[in-house]
Amino acid sequence: MQSRREFVKEMVAGAAVLGSGTKFAWCQTKGAEKSKVVIVRDAKLRTPGPAPDEARVAALLDHAMQTYFGAQNPLQPWKQLVRPGQVVSLKLNAMGGRAIAPSVALVAAICERLQQAGIKPGDIIVWDRGSRDLEMAGFKLSNAPGAVRFFGTDTAGYESSAVSYGSVTTRLAKIFTQSDVVLNLPVLKNHNLAGVTMAMKNMYGVIDNPSNFHGSACDPYIADLNMIPQVRQKVRFVIADIKTAVFEGGPSYRPEYSWNEDGLLVGEDRVAIDTISAQIIERKRAEKGLQTLEKKGTPTHFLATAADAQHKLGTNDPARIALIERSIS
Amino acid sequence: MIKLRIKTAAFAALLTVTALAAVGCRTNFFPVSGAVAGWDRGDKTQTFDASTLWQYIDGGADQYVNAGVVSASTCDYKYQGNLEAVVDIYTMKAAAGAQKVFDADPPLDAKTPQLGDAARLYERSLVFRKGKYLVRITAYQSAPGEADALLALANAIASKM
Repeated sequence: MQSRREFVKEMVAGAAVLGSGTKFAWCQTKGAEKSKVVIVRDAKLRTPGPAPDEARVAALLDHAMQTYFGAQNPLQPWKQLVRPGQVVSLKLNAMGGRAIAPSVALVAAICERLQQAGIKPGDIIVWDRGSRDLEMAGFKLSNAPGAVRFFGTDTAGYESSAVSYGSVTTRLAKIFTQSDVVLNLPVLKNHNLAGVTMAMKNMYGVIDNPSNFHGSACDPYIADLNMIPQVRQKVRFVIADIKTAVFEGGPSYRPEYSWNEDGLLVGEDRVAIDTISAQIIERKRAEKGLQTLEKKGTPTHFLATAADAQHKLGTNDPARIALIERSIS
Repeated sequence: MIKLRIKTAAFAALLTVTALAAVGCRTNFFPVSGAVAGWDRGDKTQTFDASTLWQYIDGGADQYVNAGVVSASTCDYKYQGNLEAVVDIYTMKAAAGAQKVFDADPPLDAKTPQLGDAARLYERSLVFRKGKYLVRITAYQSAPGEADALLALANAIASKM
């Protein structure tokens, strides 16, 4: 538990990174247990080419994970997340192509840490719904034995029996059900129905009928989908690549509506993560003179549903979120 | 009863042929490699109809479906061997649908070149509409002269419509 002094220090540092004029409500709160969300940025992450600097991405990952877990060394967080013998899969959001997908460098760094934590390479699966999406994001498809595997659900298929919660009845991807631990690797984007797509919305990529759940600003579908026991239990941690983010026109990649955050966002509380994400997007929209998501007709109502007494997936209350922001220079 | 079935089958066949012809036509909108200086076309063109568009832009499909999309075709390109770009051509039922999607985007700091019925050009993307077609060209990196290159590719596509 952080001391009051440490907490205030974090928040002051965060405010400095965010810039003037930004004042999040949770900066002024204290006490009570909070959901931690860590953002670490590196202004030198980018190279002249399309890919980020691999060494800096790896350092950024270690910094973010150690900050979140309060760990003294880079391996400790991974040993808390996984155990040798487990099948660990990385569910990417790669549909936007390499400009707005988790970078190859980030995935490589995660896979390396997983192996150092005792996971066999062949027990690591990097995936998304479409194999083409993975390729477009810069990944080479592979199912070679003894090596990290890269393929889409279009190759592996879905379970034959359906699962349900509330408004959602669906079939889960076999890659998902056959994983012991799923790491959620979303990206930060505006969504022209749900307002924001980040951690919870990325679970639309693990089911066979996502197009059935886009009505009513995806509410209560996003929350209900995340309540399906396997989805709730297997997804242990979120590592979001926020090198680039989209504030309008999403979920497709729209360079004209994108900006560079040059960072990683990590955490466990999927609702808190999406709440922070919505605030980041709202702030950028305000900077650009655009309407709020609510006024645009794409409200993020799914956040309140996910946090309500029926779902309890996490908190959407800024006063109960400890946002820790760091910069690497 | 049998006559009705034959008529139904014939009608379905006609629809299929019409649809395939339309797909072929849309595919032909994509300039071949070398047709526009510096641009090489990828080997795959994918086409989606209104019911499958979500497979390409999950969550983004509804906007097009609500505006009357008939199909969307997409093809990868490379400029001067390294700049990657994607061209998406949406065929709507009517020009009003293309305008509806086009007008839904805030223009921000776009340039408005003379292209089709309306166009917006950004540093790394271009969107234009011409009749019932809406075309997006999205580049994945920055490169010198990129805006001019996007415009040249867009002009070649528009000239075929």
